[in-house]
Amino acid sequence: MPKRTDIESICIIGAGPIIIGQACEFDYSGAQACKALKEEGYRVILVNSNPATIMTDPQLADSTYIEPITPDVVARILEQERPDVLLPTMGGQTALNTAMTLDTPEPTGEESVLQRLGIELIGARREVIAKAEDRLLFREAMDAIGLSSPKSRLVHTVDEAVDALDHIGLPAIIRPSFTLGGTGGGIAYNRQEYEEIVRGGLRASPVREVLVEESVLGWKEYEMEVVRDCADNCIIVCSIENVDPMGVHTGDSITVAPALTLTDKEYQVMRNASIAVLREIGVDTGGSNVQFAVDPATGRLVIIEMNPRVSRSSALASKATGFPIAKVAARLAVGYTLDELDNDITRITPASFEPTIDYVVTKIPRFTFEKFAGAEPLLTTSMKSVGEAMSIGRSFQESVQKALRSMETGLTGFNEIEIPGLNPDAEMPVEPDTVRAALARPTPERLLVVAQAIRLGLSLDDIHAVTRYDHWFLAQIAELVEAEETVRRTGLPADPNGWSRLKRMGFSDARLAELAGFEEEAVAAERRAQGVTPVYKRIDTCAAEFPSPTPYMYSAYEDLDGECESDPTDRAKVVILGGGPNRIGQGIEFDYCCVHAAYALAEAGFETIMVNCNPETVSTDYDTSHRLYFEPLTAEDVIELIRAEQRRGDLKGVIVQFGGQTPLKLAEQIEAAGIPILGTPRDAIDLAEDRERFRTLLQDIGLRQPASGIARSVEEAEAIAGTVGYPVLMRPSYVLGGRAMEIVHDVEGLRRYIGHAVRVSGRNPVLIDRYLQDAIEVDVDAVADGRDVHVAGIMEHIEEAGIHSGDSACTLPPYSLAEGVQEEIVRQTTLLAQALGVIGLMNVQFAVKSGEVYILEVNPRASRTVPFVAKATGTPIAKIAARIMAGERLADFQLNGRAPAHTAVKEAVFPFARFPGVDTLLGPEMKSTGEVMGLDQDFGRAFAKAQLGAGVSLPESGTVFVSVRDRDKAMFVDMARRLLDMGFGLLATSGTADYLEGQGLAVGRVNKVLEGKPDVVDAMIDGEVKLVFNTTEGAQAIVDSRSLRRAALVNNIPYYTTVAGARAAVEAIAAIKAGRLEVAPLQSYLRRVF
Amino acid sequence: MPTANDHAAAPPPGTTAVLVLADGTVIWGRGLGASGSAVGEVCFNTSMTGYQEILTDPSYAGQIISFTFPHIGNVGANPEDVETTTPAARGLVLRADITQPANWRATRHLDDWLKANDLVGIAGIDTRRLTRRIRDGGAPSGVVAHDPGGRFDLAALQRQAQDWPGLAGMDLAIEVTRRQTETWDQTRWMPSDGYGRLEAPKFRVVAIDYGAKRNILRCLASAGCTVTVVPATATVEDVMRHDPHGVFLSNGPGDPAATGRYAVPVVRDLVATGIPVFGICLGHQILSLALGARTEKMHQGHRGANHPVKDLATGRVEITSQNHGFVVVPESLPPMVEPTHVSLFDGTNEGIRMKDRPVFSVQYHPEASPGPMDSHYLFSRFIALMEAAGQG
Repeated sequence: MPKRTDIESICIIGAGPIIIGQACEFDYSGAQACKALKEEGYRVILVNSNPATIMTDPQLADSTYIEPITPDVVARILEQERPDVLLPTMGGQTALNTAMTLDTPEPTGEESVLQRLGIELIGARREVIAKAEDRLLFREAMDAIGLSSPKSRLVHTVDEAVDALDHIGLPAIIRPSFTLGGTGGGIAYNRQEYEEIVRGGLRASPVREVLVEESVLGWKEYEMEVVRDCADNCIIVCSIENVDPMGVHTGDSITVAPALTLTDKEYQVMRNASIAVLREIGVDTGGSNVQFAVDPATGRLVIIEMNPRVSRSSALASKATGFPIAKVAARLAVGYTLDELDNDITRITPASFEPTIDYVVTKIPRFTFEKFAGAEPLLTTSMKSVGEAMSIGRSFQESVQKALRSMETGLTGFNEIEIPGLNPDAEMPVEPDTVRAALARPTPERLLVVAQAIRLGLSLDDIHAVTRYDHWFLAQIAELVEAEETVRRTGLPADPNGWSRLKRMGFSDARLAELAGFEEEAVAAERRAQGVTPVYKRIDTCAAEFPSPTPYMYSAYEDLDGECESDPTDRAKVVILGGGPNRIGQGIEFDYCCVHAAYALAEAGFETIMVNCNPETVSTDYDTSHRLYFEPLTAEDVIELIRAEQRRGDLKGVIVQFGGQTPLKLAEQIEAAGIPILGTPRDAIDLAEDRERFRTLLQDIGLRQPASGIARSVEEAEAIAGTVGYPVLMRPSYVLGGRAMEIVHDVEGLRRYIGHAVRVSGRNPVLIDRYLQDAIEVDVDAVADGRDVHVAGIMEHIEEAGIHSGDSACTLPPYSLAEGVQEEIVRQTTLLAQALGVIGLMNVQFAVKSGEVYILEVNPRASRTVPFVAKATGTPIAKIAARIMAGERLADFQLNGRAPAHTAVKEAVFPFARFPGVDTLLGPEMKSTGEVMGLDQDFGRAFAKAQLGAGVSLPESGTVFVSVRDRDKAMFVDMARRLLDMGFGLLATSGTADYLEGQGLAVGRVNKVLEGKPDVVDAMIDGEVKLVFNTTEGAQAIVDSRSLRRAALVNNIPYYTTVAGARAAVEAIAAIKAGRLEVAPLQSYLRRVF
Repeated sequence: MPTANDHAAAPPPGTTAVLVLADGTVIWGRGLGASGSAVGEVCFNTSMTGYQEILTDPSYAGQIISFTFPHIGNVGANPEDVETTTPAARGLVLRADITQPANWRATRHLDDWLKANDLVGIAGIDTRRLTRRIRDGGAPSGVVAHDPGGRFDLAALQRQAQDWPGLAGMDLAIEVTRRQTETWDQTRWMPSDGYGRLEAPKFRVVAIDYGAKRNILRCLASAGCTVTVVPATATVEDVMRHDPHGVFLSNGPGDPAATGRYAVPVVRDLVATGIPVFGICLGHQILSLALGARTEKMHQGHRGANHPVKDLATGRVEITSQNHGFVVVPESLPPMVEPTHVSLFDGTNEGIRMKDRPVFSVQYHPEASPGPMDSHYLFSRFIALMEAAGQG
């Protein structure tokens, strides 16, 4: 069937901010959907609150609403836009849940929003979503088609759950209904755990329902990515096998594609079952993911779940095979059938086929437990990873070793790892029980522990018995360990064949260097001297059965006469290095910049070559750049592919300043290899990051920074802190995302910190800055060409200086900075860019205290705020910067420095709910996973939208709890009065209450937690308190108020821990009460569209 | 690729096998399975699963199979996943060495199984390069040789490859067909019980064995047919003696035109009786020849488990398992025959039916094994024709 002509406009809901379980894969799929549907001639209306996405670039949709994704707001957008249909399958669980609500009739019996507006759901109907998401309906559907599920029961109370235990037994899995990424679920091994997790799960479930389920822990886990069209044609795009067996969330599991340990008979049973599931659930069109568990002893197959939408796995499957699931699914949703669509990669065959691959794909998740003190690094059925790397090799060994070195965790392969409780110098044989105990813990490093256990002499049977990793994978790892031993014993290979063998097994030069005791450069030189270099193969969906004109490539080592398919062109080319796996501090914002660089340089006539290993991203879409290398971002991998590209054409240079810290770290080695780097000279980065050099520079150009010093010992640190004065901000040098940064109030805190930080930063010194209390922090993004400088955006932080800039809400334009201060900031930024010789992007963080401007930090590279600034101002600064780096002048772009007439507020989103027991207090170490933007005509409304987008629902009535430290009390008086005027009640702890009463305000009193029951936490749990303002200081007060913050988090009560945040919240409440929030497309705000 | 002349006779260290193509290309590797050498047409198969079924598919007679998926052997070998007792393929070419088996149904290492079945193989070569070569230049003749001592006479191996006549004009069905008539009642594999037995037969089918895969017979049995399997050379009387409700023409190896010299007249006469006839693969080609059409050799053939085929009557796409190097020329079909299925990869013919008789066939493998089961409906279609004929 051709596409539907009865519809003209389509609304797509995005996934909102990046959170654990919902990352930039939905930007990849959503952007594909927008592009595909626009190409088909439909009017596309997009809703997404996340400004760091490519999909919210104003040209991707006809009408782009950067508005909160809540049913109310989306309903308003639908009323305004009146689209014919709504496509809810591209924006993860967020979009699906929102669509469900919009299509559910009102409790009063009134028709649903979609019914009322006559909008049809396409891609997945309401019944389908319900059947797939509702545990009971799903189970019944599976019974109906004869697919067995683990034994289970749905419960709504803890008592029901206890009764169910007789049926399912322990251990048991607890899965709350309608939550994302397994939030609130877990595995219980005993009764007490069971009741605890059930209780948490009931709370986490929006419908207060959990499924308790028979444990299939240790079974093999598989996923199938299925696509179906309206003519009932079904294809399997990819099978995925989890190396981590059942018990670890698939998002947290190491996985391989295709499935490697199934015979065809078993595979076909799973294939049939997957298709039967889609038919039974009723997914008419689009992509779905179906998960199975298989008993390794008997082959018994049970179905675990299905997702009737594109997902993280479908992004992985798309990247793994070259089959663009989201793009195809979007077209299927408007009526096409698979055979009517082309296979983009071969361009001569249709999309109605099953990709076949001739390589092995490995995905390894990336975790950031170290960011959350108190969180145990254990993997369960609730997802905790914040990103992932994917790698491709011609064998599992090559693939998995490439994946390990893609992680950006310092691994060069199967590096040795310390086994807890084992003395590393102990004589062999070791105590096997200690090793077994380590293997039994499902930690992020378990794969390395497996290799270590093999080194320590445990048998593969033993390791299998504990980990349940398939024997096949264990045997492969054992071979690698054995090869390592040989290198350790006998050194590097003597001939090309020996080299080729090791490289085919995936060993990096860096790992071989460690094993043989050489420098990496020496190993690389020797390898090249032996004539052993990688070849580049194409990802072509068809195992080379058809020619592929699409240069989507990966490296592999073949025997000495292997064939290279890179086939470089004779064009002028630029290589763009991406950011690697997402982690806190380095996420989608950098991918946005890389993608913009690719777009801009293509417009400028260059051939663009992207390198990245993150399967979730838009940058790794083969459509984004002219050529794509899916490769680890290590010096070896990058230099080899650049050498291959240099065989023909003219390599203009490499862009390293857009992908965050990852590519920057490679700059030195790339330059040493004689490869040109575009833009700001590398030395400028060192100049900006080397404290002493930077201080001299600032002195030379007459700019100030807070008093500071560098300490290499505790004594030095104490002396410096004494001179600059407490509180001080301490951090190790060369870090991103404020890792290990801390505000220290006294000498004891300093001593505690030094012990910790020196270990973190190795040989690097510790930096000590005076902490400017109550200063306003300001972020500035600028673009420069070495001569001229354009200040693109000045962002005033809502939280004061000291909270990591990535975690702080901020507003553009500033709302409290005087004109003169802003002018001074522009002047200083310009001076800095010129002094550093910036060619491209630069970010500066300032602190403003009592009208004085201090420089906190300068980064001559793309920053996290670049997409926000671009969206807020309509100036595509990443694109302009890329073109300047390639030789154009800033003057060519005719930019004006005017701030926009509207206000954009950025708010951060945090994963605290995933980490029970972790304090939610913000500090200099970044903890947020994502961000939203609120856009409106004034600050109050924009802030209200940002809060709503971040999942914080500000109350319009009720009681506000206030407990503030002494020096903030005076500043709260106006706010308290305004709240009372708006009809709120006030509740305060004694000190605050005394003060406010003294100012003539009516305040209720409540106990602090330490003062005895009933206390404020009780009032919060009981639902009395609707909003919390709590500022604290000093280690003890912070500990004391922790239960309060936790209660706010768990009960979803908005809470603000700074004066500035509280003030913004009051503004926002006033704005909301003054009239409902209106919605408007981004395009209507922007003077120019980029 | 290097040629025999470049490589004098000194293999790189560790080499225990070599693939020599007729044009003199020499590819060194490590030996697998049995020692010795095997000559045949080098083809590639893109399936990611089912290597044991592929190696035992009689249609691979005369062929050396290069697997595009790098890891072959990971699930070992078992006695169930076989399509015939004696593999007909000549040899195999792999990217990676065979690993220890990892599957609950595995009973032995694939390398042991290869040795036991006298199959010669080579591993450690860039199979993707070979695939691209076949794609661009057609399937070459070649010899795979395995010698644990690493001694090879390359010139002799090249001569052997050059002297091999190629599949065009070669009748291989005669080599792989059963010598004797046999009755088949094993039904399809089920995950819980393995293979079963047909309990309540409804139809009698005679299957002419040009190199039949067992799973075709199992599918027929599962559909309710008692199957009498007769040799490729069976006469009309040999078939009709069993009083069948329908006749099945099996898959098989080689050039249909060569096999057709004795098979076509028989099939033509069977069609003339008005009995329902169903053909698969070589059976499809022989039926087409019998109806007056032509076949021709393909450039590289279709071998894999991901081939999309469109049913022209319903518009539905099925993902099919395929293995053929010859194809029916649709323009040569007579007026009373219509194409029913077409390949969405290259537009070649994938099925026909007679407009006035209960006769149809497909080029691909609805029995799968290995591959998707999307096309199992064709067995029901055959049953329906037999039912209709019974009522008529």
